[in-house]
Amino acid sequence: MTPSAQVSVLNAPTSTKQPQDEPQAEARDLAAENYLDISHISIDFPTKSGPFRALDKVNLKIAKGEFISLIGHSGCGKSTVLNIVAGLYKATEGGVVLEGKEVDEPGPDRAVVFQNHSLLPWLTVYQNVEIAVKQTFKGIKSKSEMDEWIRHNLELVHMSHALDKRPAEISGGMKQRVGIARALAMQPKVLLMDEPFGALDALTRAHLQDSLMEIQADLNNTVIMITHDVDEAVLLSDRIVMMTNGPEATVGEVLKVGLERPRNRVELADNKEYNHYRHEVLSYLYEKQRKTN
Amino acid sequence: MKNKLIRLLETAGFSWGVPIVKLVSGDNPKAQVNDIFHLLGLPFIAILIFLVLWGTLATQVKTSLGQLPGPGQVWEQSRTLYAEHKEERLKEDAFYERQEKRNEKKLQKNPDATVKTRPYTGKATFFDQVFTSIYTVFTGFFLASIIAVPLGIACGLSEKLYTAIGPLIQIFKPVSPLAWLPIVTMVVSAVYVSDDPMFDKSFVNSAITVTLCSLWPTLINTAMGVSSIDKDLINVGRVIRLNWTAQVLKIALPASLPHIFTGLRISLGIGWMVLIAAEMLAQNPGLGKFVWDEFQNGSSNSLGRIMVAVFTIGLIGFILDWMMLTLQKLVSHD
Repeated sequence: MTPSAQVSVLNAPTSTKQPQDEPQAEARDLAAENYLDISHISIDFPTKSGPFRALDKVNLKIAKGEFISLIGHSGCGKSTVLNIVAGLYKATEGGVVLEGKEVDEPGPDRAVVFQNHSLLPWLTVYQNVEIAVKQTFKGIKSKSEMDEWIRHNLELVHMSHALDKRPAEISGGMKQRVGIARALAMQPKVLLMDEPFGALDALTRAHLQDSLMEIQADLNNTVIMITHDVDEAVLLSDRIVMMTNGPEATVGEVLKVGLERPRNRVELADNKEYNHYRHEVLSYLYEKQRKTN
Repeated sequence: MKNKLIRLLETAGFSWGVPIVKLVSGDNPKAQVNDIFHLLGLPFIAILIFLVLWGTLATQVKTSLGQLPGPGQVWEQSRTLYAEHKEERLKEDAFYERQEKRNEKKLQKNPDATVKTRPYTGKATFFDQVFTSIYTVFTGFFLASIIAVPLGIACGLSEKLYTAIGPLIQIFKPVSPLAWLPIVTMVVSAVYVSDDPMFDKSFVNSAITVTLCSLWPTLINTAMGVSSIDKDLINVGRVIRLNWTAQVLKIALPASLPHIFTGLRISLGIGWMVLIAAEMLAQNPGLGKFVWDEFQNGSSNSLGRIMVAVFTIGLIGFILDWMMLTLQKLVSHD
């Protein structure tokens, strides 16, 4: 688990986040700005007393390579948004457009990291990634390429030492690492993370956040992460999307986090700007959207 | 090495062996002796008390077949049964030897002569009956499993199907094997008509009765196991776009294996109980018939022989259960 390990894939330039001078780049940027378009989605759940509107016209445009956090009180429908983007739920109104195409079914281009790791307990660490890789790259990668790719992704999350262990034999943090490796191995266009570190203790969580930032610096994935944790949101995100309380939850405010990368949690702890962002989120959650019940 | 052995013992359900292994390796002898007393000593004492009570109380009961046998007489009868079995085997061997010699002679005289080989038709011994019963119970159990597991998976996947056939399951589940038996017998003799049947009708009757009674626990447990799979695991399958068959084979089935095996274990236990009753009532070969024959025979040794059968039935049931439990532990993943 040494973070300094060899994590050197393409050092993709983070073009969307840097100011551009050339006018040509601006047009390209506009397309990139609209990489993932969550367009006016609403969802009703059937209940005995009629339909229950959980989400109402959630609207969000996400740029390629952007790291978005969804934050809000529990029950505000954060997970529902994620599930709709994943295609696991169908929106009652509106839709999700990825790279210009509507997506309404689950698929590996929108890989999900579940809160409770969701590794198949009867498979080893290696096999858990393998099942996803085999399915995603059927007919594209050869057997040895797949093997290399599986090992590479487990290397990224520092799990190469436990390839043959079963989920029950490794710690919660390790399981979540494997869950991330499985999702990354699908080479998703968008990585969806549903409170990925929620079930972990604070130290393990910090470790994993650092790992995730490292990987993110390398791969520059487009990420939507759900979180309860204000520090986590500020530390990891480019933008924090704060949701109103349900029912009929929707996007309340969006906070752009301009902190420079790479970010270091210890230095940031004493950083004015960082604390300002924290304050913004906290005041939103505990003053503007205070939970009454 | 030591830890491997310990894990093996625990998986196999021989946890009483663990302190012995530890004792031999000199690991905290005092605690191990304590454990051995707990795991082996206490059952041993209980068995001893049982034998003493049995031995003294049995002498108080006078039946029309003489005094109720105590442990000594039963032990003696078990040895007699073994001796009878041996004797019968010798007779059988002798029979085949004679037959072979006779046929050889015949062929020497006239190479074109048709020789007949007849099977030995001696009395089935106690051990023959034991094997018949085991064979029958496994056949019935196998039939039940290949029906119940797929149907259970289907019920677990489709709530509508489960709701539809739920009442039928609830109605048929509590039916006694003795109620099924006449119907099974009649149906089998009507449907299973063949000049050269592969199986005896009596065997088919017993096996199907076992099937009918041992179907339900597996069916219910499988359905429950499949329907209670962690939703995230199903979602994993959906995200990586497994097709329906792969979803069932790679996710639903392995995830519910522990439940399925719990059901199978209960089914086999029920099947074994049902079989003895069915054999007894229908006079189908097996341990049940042995008990009934001895009862009808009514010699002074009969009760002792029946008790040997009782212990044998118990012991085999115990072994079957142990087998299934070990299998269950091997497939469970938590």
